[in-house]
Amino acid sequence: MALTENTRERRVRASLAPWLKGVLVALGSVSITMLGLLFVTFVIGRVMPIDPVLAIVGERASQSTYDAVYEQLGLDKPLLVQFLYYLWDVLHGDFGMSLLNARPVSEDIARVFPATLELATLGTLIGVLLGVPLGVIAAVRRGSWIDQIARVVALVGYSMPIFWLGLMGLLVFYGVLGWVGGPGRLDIFYQDIVPSRTGMILIDSAIAGDWGVFRNAFSHIILPATLLGYYSLAYISRMTRSFMLEQMSAEYVTTARVKGMSERQVIWGHAFRNIRVQLITVIALSYANLLEGSVLTEIIFSWPGIGSYITTALLSADMNAVLGGTVVVGLIFICLNLFSDLLYRVFDPRSK
Amino acid sequence: MSETLTLRQWLLTDEPTSRRHARLASLYKGWLTLRGNTMAMFGLGILVALVLMALFAPLIAPHDPYVQNLGNRLQPLGSPGHPFGTDSLGRDILSRLIYGSRITLYIVTLVALIAPVAGLLVGTVAGYVGGWVDVILMRVTDIFLAFPRLVLALAFVAALGAGIENAVLAISLTAWPPYARMARAETLTIRASDYISAVRLQGASPVRIITRHIWPLCISSLIVRVTLDMAGIILAAAGLGFLGLGAQPPSPEWGAMISEGRRFILDHWWVATMPGLAIFTVSLAFNLLGDGLRDVLDPKEGSQ
Repeated sequence: MALTENTRERRVRASLAPWLKGVLVALGSVSITMLGLLFVTFVIGRVMPIDPVLAIVGERASQSTYDAVYEQLGLDKPLLVQFLYYLWDVLHGDFGMSLLNARPVSEDIARVFPATLELATLGTLIGVLLGVPLGVIAAVRRGSWIDQIARVVALVGYSMPIFWLGLMGLLVFYGVLGWVGGPGRLDIFYQDIVPSRTGMILIDSAIAGDWGVFRNAFSHIILPATLLGYYSLAYISRMTRSFMLEQMSAEYVTTARVKGMSERQVIWGHAFRNIRVQLITVIALSYANLLEGSVLTEIIFSWPGIGSYITTALLSADMNAVLGGTVVVGLIFICLNLFSDLLYRVFDPRSK
Repeated sequence: MSETLTLRQWLLTDEPTSRRHARLASLYKGWLTLRGNTMAMFGLGILVALVLMALFAPLIAPHDPYVQNLGNRLQPLGSPGHPFGTDSLGRDILSRLIYGSRITLYIVTLVALIAPVAGLLVGTVAGYVGGWVDVILMRVTDIFLAFPRLVLALAFVAALGAGIENAVLAISLTAWPPYARMARAETLTIRASDYISAVRLQGASPVRIITRHIWPLCISSLIVRVTLDMAGIILAAAGLGFLGLGAQPPSPEWGAMISEGRRFILDHWWVATMPGLAIFTVSLAFNLLGDGLRDVLDPKEGSQ
């Protein structure tokens, strides 16, 4: 009895070890990638044609003030030391001061990020809810009219400039039809009514029970979110289709059919179950892409998120803000990639 | 008549007489397959038209794309002499679109030359040499892959300054990593094959093996990838132009034209709509052609 317990435990440990090793390797490579990302942003910050000291002290400062700030910023130290300082600051969540409003960049990012998160999350939801069924049906009824539609939808999604589509959406649904709210997150009338808890207005207003604000926020977010959702739909439906096609030609599907199982059971109970892990990695990737791809959409819709923040900072040469924003977006990107990678390792026995 | 027939027969022969004969024959067979793909030919047609348009822009364009005429500003579609209307400075939109095709082609061509070559170089060296060279090169590739593309391009343009050349550089810097990965994967499979061992035994140097024996085999999948990437390059360039970080005014770059028309979108919709349609048409053409080429050059990757 004790012996079988022991062997079972050993077997469990043996099957766990490569799994754990994979996770550790993934974590190690991710931390190196993060280091590289910080190094690249550091280098970009150093080759900037803007003198960071001049930007702070102004052109009429005396030489002694200039030198003092120069030293204060650590610019007299060797580059490697400067990089270590930068690393230390970033690890403590300190991206320096914004030159525009003299506030810490990290505070600014914390303020604008929920807006981006809200938009990208709703966009991904739309993309998944429409894209997955579309991909499955396109695979099951290969060559049918619905497959052709799915193909065109994806092709157009890959070829359309997102900022232009956003403009056209505003023109038609806001300008002509008046179905949705215009640019921005809320009408001026509704602003600052609901206390900000999460920074995501839909959630905040739902918590506060203020449905007037909720409806207004929804009318503003629905168009940009649908737009982003369309882009993730194009990608997700294509991937779902090819995953499903692979499963549907497998022998176990034939076996299930021969057993007399209903087609619905074969598709959703067997084939779809097997693509779940692949699908989640695809969704995580498209989520990461939406978080960064919303830069142009945010500008079109005057959405005060991280994309608008980076671009505004860029146009006013506020380098700390640009690099801070870039690092945050890059880190989120890496983390989501890591997440999907880990998921794959843990839940897909074939990857072991 | 009989001569074309013999040429066709010569190209379709099963027993090529020389190396060049074999190469031409396989090219011709690929072309025949591609020609059967209506959508791909449609894309190719659009692109040929685009190149012709760019080449003969001064002959085709009805007006000078830079000449302003404030008395004639914001004319609607179909107004006399201006089929696509005029913009806020009274410049003819059609002429600006025609000249803008030059800028688009310029950017796409440069990026399509720089990024794949850089990726090919990094990938094949990493794959062939292996060891720590491989580890370092692939780590660098991963770092660039980890960056969101548009944000990285934005940061680079911010550091280098706005302008077409810097936009090309920034887009190339974000576009090369996938090529490097692909080239490395191909090199790894090729490296182990017998003919590479044979060449090595004959005393060929690593440089010769990489440039003469590995590169030619990577080319076809690279071409497919480049064609499919072109749409993304065009969209990225237009996005940078839209943000004011690419081509600078008064240059008729399509993305910048949209950004300009954005201010009057509700009253004068055509100013922003026309350049957007142009971008969409061209990137759609590249996607269609890329799909077709993939079926010809890389059947195993093709959509089922």
